[in-house]
Amino acid sequence: MIIQGLTFYMFSLVAITSALLVVTSRNPVHSVLFLILAFFNVAGLFVLLGAEFLAMILVVVYVGAVAVLFMFVVMMLDINFVELRQGFLQYLPYGIVIGLVLLIELVIVMSGWQLSSETLNVIASPIPETKTNTHALGAIIYTDYIYSFQVAGFILLIAMIGAIVLTHRKRPGVRKQKIANQLARKPEDSLKIHKVQSGKGI
Amino acid sequence: MFEVGLSHYLVVAAIIFSLGIFGIFMNRKNVIIILMSVELMLLAVNINLVAFSAEHGDLVGQIFSLFVLTVAAAEASIGLAILVVFFRNRGSIAVEDVNIMKG
Repeated sequence: MIIQGLTFYMFSLVAITSALLVVTSRNPVHSVLFLILAFFNVAGLFVLLGAEFLAMILVVVYVGAVAVLFMFVVMMLDINFVELRQGFLQYLPYGIVIGLVLLIELVIVMSGWQLSSETLNVIASPIPETKTNTHALGAIIYTDYIYSFQVAGFILLIAMIGAIVLTHRKRPGVRKQKIANQLARKPEDSLKIHKVQSGKGI
Repeated sequence: MFEVGLSHYLVVAAIIFSLGIFGIFMNRKNVIIILMSVELMLLAVNINLVAFSAEHGDLVGQIFSLFVLTVAAAEASIGLAILVVFFRNRGSIAVEDVNIMKG
């Protein structure tokens, strides 16, 4: 029990610290790296809660895809980040006040949370004792939640198409092969037959 | 103190969520950091969902968290694509410059 508590405090402390550093660090590249650290530690918290599949998905999807995407964009765009940081101190009081108010409200609501005794009766799909987490999730995600799962897939497809359409551009001056034009060409368009008299030339 | 219950996880999620809000207020000019703050807030929501799922013994919370993750990934990709297009057109990513559509 003590080990579980210590692990919880370690993961959550590192997660909170890196979340703070994400929003306050000067260099956006450092922000992305701290975001990755935060995701790793929250994945550790998920493992503590018994949600191993989600923890691995978090590492694969976020650290492997989203964070790398952020990193690409930060390093690809040539941005003057010093200019963007102006006004940081100006907004600091508002940010602290609003963040603190929200935090206090959330903590007041959350810390006294108690489950009603009737919650056990309304559980939709209880966590099975014998199966692993991944097995149990797969067993209900492909049966009870198949439509939501398909919709999630469509959302990802549309996001992919949208991102490609947005960022794709036609650059002028680039010579590309146009097969239709090549096939539509006839010999008369490019060939000319001259009757050349012998000894004269054209 | 070492008995970790539901409220511990909820408090961690609350702290990360308010840090996300704080980040949006602090970096009002930098869209990239704002997007990262939104990712942090979605992460806090995921912690809440998984904590309640573990507490109730109900798997549906984890499934919903999976969908939140999906939508967050889609949102990040579209947001960054818009950012790249905007940077190509305007040469900056400052939020205050985003007023072409203003009447």
